Amino acid sequence: MTPRHRRMATITVLVVGMGLATALILRAFNENLMYFYSPSEIAAGKAPSARDFRIGGMVVVGSVERNPESLEMSFTLTDYAHQTRVSYAGILPDLFREGQGIVAHGRLTPEGSFIAHEVLAKHDENYMPPEVAASLKPQSLPTTAANAP
Amino acid sequence: MLPELGHFAVALALAVAILQTVLPSLGLAFKRPALLALAGPAARWQFALLVLAFLTLGYGFLVHDFSLIYVANNSNTALPWFYRLSAIWGAHEGSLLLWIVILAGWGYAVSRRVHELPADIGAIVLAVIGFVGVTFLLFMLFTSNPFARAWPAPIDGGDLNPLLQDVGLIVHPPLLYMGYVGFVVPFGFAVAALIKGRLTAAWARWARPWTLAAWTFLTVGIALGSFWAYYELGWGGWWFWDPVENASFMPWLLGTALIHSLAASEKRGVFKNWTVLLAITTFALSLLGTFLVRSGVLTSVHAFATDPARGVFVLGILGTIVGGSLGLYAWRGPRTLAGGSYSTISRETFLLANSLLLCVATMTVLLGTLYPLVLDALGMGKISVGPPYFNRVFVWVMAPLIVLLGLGQSARWKEDSLHRLLIRAALFGGGALVLAAACAVSLAPDSRWRAGAGLLAAFWILGSVLAGIVQRLPSRSIWQTLRGLPLGFYGQALAHAGFAVTLIGVTLTSTQTIDLHTRAALGATLSLGPYEVTFDSIRDLEGSNYRATEGQFTITRDGELVRIVHPQKRFYQVRGVAMTEAGIVPGITRDLYISLGEPLGDGAWSVRMHIKAFVRWLWFGALMMALGGFLAVRDRRVGQPQLAGLEQTNALGRTS
Repeated sequence: MTPRHRRMATITVLVVGMGLATALILRAFNENLMYFYSPSEIAAGKAPSARDFRIGGMVVVGSVERNPESLEMSFTLTDYAHQTRVSYAGILPDLFREGQGIVAHGRLTPEGSFIAHEVLAKHDENYMPPEVAASLKPQSLPTTAANAP
Repeated sequence: MLPELGHFAVALALAVAILQTVLPSLGLAFKRPALLALAGPAARWQFALLVLAFLTLGYGFLVHDFSLIYVANNSNTALPWFYRLSAIWGAHEGSLLLWIVILAGWGYAVSRRVHELPADIGAIVLAVIGFVGVTFLLFMLFTSNPFARAWPAPIDGGDLNPLLQDVGLIVHPPLLYMGYVGFVVPFGFAVAALIKGRLTAAWARWARPWTLAAWTFLTVGIALGSFWAYYELGWGGWWFWDPVENASFMPWLLGTALIHSLAASEKRGVFKNWTVLLAITTFALSLLGTFLVRSGVLTSVHAFATDPARGVFVLGILGTIVGGSLGLYAWRGPRTLAGGSYSTISRETFLLANSLLLCVATMTVLLGTLYPLVLDALGMGKISVGPPYFNRVFVWVMAPLIVLLGLGQSARWKEDSLHRLLIRAALFGGGALVLAAACAVSLAPDSRWRAGAGLLAAFWILGSVLAGIVQRLPSRSIWQTLRGLPLGFYGQALAHAGFAVTLIGVTLTSTQTIDLHTRAALGATLSLGPYEVTFDSIRDLEGSNYRATEGQFTITRDGELVRIVHPQKRFYQVRGVAMTEAGIVPGITRDLYISLGEPLGDGAWSVRMHIKAFVRWLWFGALMMALGGFLAVRDRRVGQPQLAGLEQTNALGRTS
């Protein structure tokens, strides 16, 4: 092989390799993207039914119900326009409280309720997940969306 | 009074930093060695002034000077003294000050060694560090002054974020900053090489110990952060692909590519352009990390700042430094080029391929971290990229990287025969295969294939490290040969073995861990793998600045007591925040991890119990990598001043 051939071969291998890597990465990326929907968007039928997504809102005060025998529980999330019932079996984060903003990962059931496999709340009492704050904003409610100090 | 002195010291440090940038530049432009020589003293003065500022802020915390807004927001009279000190870097302004102090500290360290370098190169490196210092000092003075006062002073402070009230916080941020700020030194060397239009093997020899040192600190910092998350967040995770973790992981990945590329540039004079580009991008990612953490675009425990002005400012700094250096690279890079030839089958090829793979890995992390932010900024929807993306992509990138790592370790520089290489690889590869199969069957009967693949990768690396050592052993005295091998060689072997150990930890933790989330009634006994866990009691207790509910769990195995643990649920009154303190029984092959969830009524609690298989290995491996880096820094051949001196004689005035 002449140096020129060798250079061509190297470049070809690089280009093909990079192309392949990019394609695989983008595919994995696409499959694992999680979109965020508010209860209103879910009520409007915008949320997908076949894949996981994130939902966010405020936990309605008095809506938490527990199964006394296990860790199964359910609660209602609201964006003050619509509500979604969320069921979850597991341990809630330290800051999960009624009246607090949370984000949950999971999937929608055909009946329109949400099965969460992860519930997130932040370590700060004033904190509201930015997605929740943004989805609440259109209703112009007095919210403190700051992630204080 | 003292805080004003601190503020004044910062302003003065800014003035000195400006001199540190401008004077050497003038000296370079007009060929005045006297001006070049001023860079060193300027760097020392800047460091001294910033240390003074840092100490005054520390004093403010120590004596509860709540007239300082920053102290009032992040400290409290009930806070123990050591947390008061670590609270200096517990929030935005103070950790920015720490960042700048450390930057100046690296400048100081370079100034102490500057006599070993050609005067102009040393001066450029210091000027670059000075320039970065100028931008960040401006940022601090204009947007985030830790010495701002409020009057009247509050009676008591707002307390430090409870998550950060931990020994981990005392050491994690300084080490992490030492790491990613440290990449400013190779960055400075890269700029020097571009300006001089000349890149010698000596250049790589000077830049290498600094890069290795920064990389070592970053490795320890990341490992500590991961360990801290494991025991402090209360649910046993050790890596979350959180944007802030990614922010420190990206410079680590590229930094790893950089130290390997530097080694090749030094030993064989190859990849010079590539090395310079890596030095620039590694520091660029460090700055990007600073931007992500400090600008408030992220929502995480680490992101203190929420003021948009700060974000714009840091983005401006990022644009100036990265844009400027990449522009310089585009302009001068091709001239710096040239040098070294090697055959297709050689250590150089393997190193190059792996540094490309590390770049691909960095790009995937960058994509997953930035894409959601960009989309959000453009108002195109809120998305997040889950850990499954990172996990899957990382396996794909790491698989070829590990194969090449094993081959590259045994390949010779310049040229090697494929035949020889394959025979050797077959030897240790075969050994690794047998060992991995045996371990997978005995340790991980449920997930043989996944565990087996991970272990094979780890043993493959270990095998190649061993083969590398055996290769160097002649027939006569083994002991003498081992003693004669340079420290750098042991550093490399240890770091690669550490990578293998981490890999074993990751593989077995992710395949063999037993998780149990359950309802535990008082007095109930639950089975957790081979262990029996009894929920004995629960009581309330009072801490220095929190109230806690403490459970007692007795862990037994086959009727024999293993340990009694006391996990807590803490409530910090000042901030009204709850925290989980896990009860952990550490072990070499497994950790037992119990944490309290929440009360479910009737004395029952939701409880998290894990058996974390081989989890300690992943941090232990990281420490081995860091120790390897440390040994390589200590290697006398690395950055050898005598050789550097040869260059010095004809260095000045050769600006092209």
